[in-house]
Amino acid sequence: MSGHSSYEPTNPLLRWIERRLPIMGLMKSQAMDFPTPKNLNYWFTFGGILTFCLAVQIIFGIVLAMHYTPHADMAFDSVEHIMRDVNYGWMLRYIHAVGGSMFFIAVYIHLARGLYYGSYKEPRELLWIIGVVILVLMMATAFLGYVLPWGQMSFWGAKVITNLFGAIPLVGEDVVIWLWGGFSVDNPTLNRFFSLHYLLPFVLVGVVGLHIWALHVTGNNNPTGISIKSEQDTISFHPYYTVKDGFAIVVFVVVFAYFVFFKPNYLGHPINYVPANPLVTPEHIVPEWYFLPFYAILRSIDNKLLGVIAMFASILVLFILPWLDTSRVRSATYRPLYKQFFWIFGLNCVLLGYIGAQVPGDPFFGGHVAEGHEPLVTNKLIGQFGTAYYFLHFFIIVPLLGLIETPRPRPTSISEDVLAKSGGKADASPAQQPAE
Amino acid sequence: MGIQGELAVAATDTAEPTRRDFLYIATGSVAAVGAAATAWPLIDQMNPDASVRALASIEVDISSLTEGASITIKWRGNPVFIRYRTPAEIEEARAVKLDDLVDGLARNSNVDASAPATDENRVRNENYLVMLGVCTHLGCVPLGEAGEFNGWYCPCHASHYDTSGRIRKGPAPENLPVPEYTFVTDTTLKIG
Repeated sequence: MSGHSSYEPTNPLLRWIERRLPIMGLMKSQAMDFPTPKNLNYWFTFGGILTFCLAVQIIFGIVLAMHYTPHADMAFDSVEHIMRDVNYGWMLRYIHAVGGSMFFIAVYIHLARGLYYGSYKEPRELLWIIGVVILVLMMATAFLGYVLPWGQMSFWGAKVITNLFGAIPLVGEDVVIWLWGGFSVDNPTLNRFFSLHYLLPFVLVGVVGLHIWALHVTGNNNPTGISIKSEQDTISFHPYYTVKDGFAIVVFVVVFAYFVFFKPNYLGHPINYVPANPLVTPEHIVPEWYFLPFYAILRSIDNKLLGVIAMFASILVLFILPWLDTSRVRSATYRPLYKQFFWIFGLNCVLLGYIGAQVPGDPFFGGHVAEGHEPLVTNKLIGQFGTAYYFLHFFIIVPLLGLIETPRPRPTSISEDVLAKSGGKADASPAQQPAE
Repeated sequence: MGIQGELAVAATDTAEPTRRDFLYIATGSVAAVGAAATAWPLIDQMNPDASVRALASIEVDISSLTEGASITIKWRGNPVFIRYRTPAEIEEARAVKLDDLVDGLARNSNVDASAPATDENRVRNENYLVMLGVCTHLGCVPLGEAGEFNGWYCPCHASHYDTSGRIRKGPAPENLPVPEYTFVTDTTLKIG
């Protein structure tokens, strides 16, 4: 994103601007001509989809804030007011609420893509770390936003999550009171959560800017994991990937719209349509689906402090992943063992998600329990195995695989791989191939 | 300029601190103190404000409370349980050995912080158990007359409390805390 642009607009006014602020040259070199690997598949469109999600959340969030009242006595009613009275209010709110879930679906696919193709490896470590910062900010924003409707799950979710900080030795209790601005979750809490929920998306925009900047320094990874060797390996971002990303966004919006218009509450909890009551805890507190695996990790450990540490560690471990992975081969395509463990890890995350939504003491998968007996295999026990495996993957399996695995032979370049796949023309000289 | 410049370089090369070094450090220190003094109000504004702190104490009439019944009142935004215990419950609470307790401290603001968690140390009047209805795990409200110890049971993460509100099983680390309270009359409690 640096260097002097040689771009010269023909229009005199544009040329006048460009000489003083070379923004069009920047857009041309970074968003249009940017050399991009020519073999990116659809898993690589989720970066574009995520940018789209962030824009949608900000636009609809700003509009909702025009009708919402961040006061403990009025918040719940103002959300119902949006649903019933505001023109198209129901749609604005459902798009924002479903949008949160869609955002997380996209970010988890984006993250899994990075894990599969080794996008976190040298030289993209910092790009990856900035990505994890984005993930953490997204989680914070989602949590703060979920509190705003001030329903039962909003209130008790807020109470449980803020109480996590109470596990900090010595100062925990003071920190929690400071977060609440009172002796419980109450109006001051709601006020500050609203303020921060409005702020963080714009912080996200800034950090996303850094993410894209770092991406444009190293260039994209690609399904082979082989670095770009020559111009032959690349095509310009526009029109090739603007069109590919655009098409992916359209397909994504179809799924998005299905949920907004046909299943708007499918991903939420009915109990959040009951106004917050500080004196009654709902029978079954569960976070939104995208937090379930982490919630399962929290609940699998009986010690409060250790449970909280394990939960935060399960996210923070991603920061050091570039240094835990000892394999220098990026793409799982050429890593026969890692490829299998990648899928096992994915399944384990789904399992933890399932456990996170269940009652810990109940038998696993509704198994049969004889009268008067404790269930043999409880959800909690499975959750403990899942938690152990989650950390085993990062701290034992990933470091070990790089040492014991024999990678499959890799192509010498992206072009060679592409040509081999398109009908065994790998031996054709590059000169005979159109540059695309 | 040339000669003066060389002299200046020579002067800063000496180990002796100069008047300029002192000015740099003094200026920097004032700036740091100023920044910290500005930051503190920005941090402290999030602590409970005067109107929240003003709600520190309330009086509760418990004359209508009968044996075996409980009421829940709201104090500082939190539920406070007041239970008129049955003789069986009192007996059960007093029969527990201290060694069987997860948390050995009374957690009662009205007695010494190091007092052991005997039932006697948890109450002012053995009939009335007064405590915060906030699970010490993650803050849910436990359900009364429930759990494996006939006391309270937290539905969120399965913590069990006994008839003295002491944690017996589950992830919660501490006994349910007893707030500061006094009996103004035999049937009026002042909490806070």
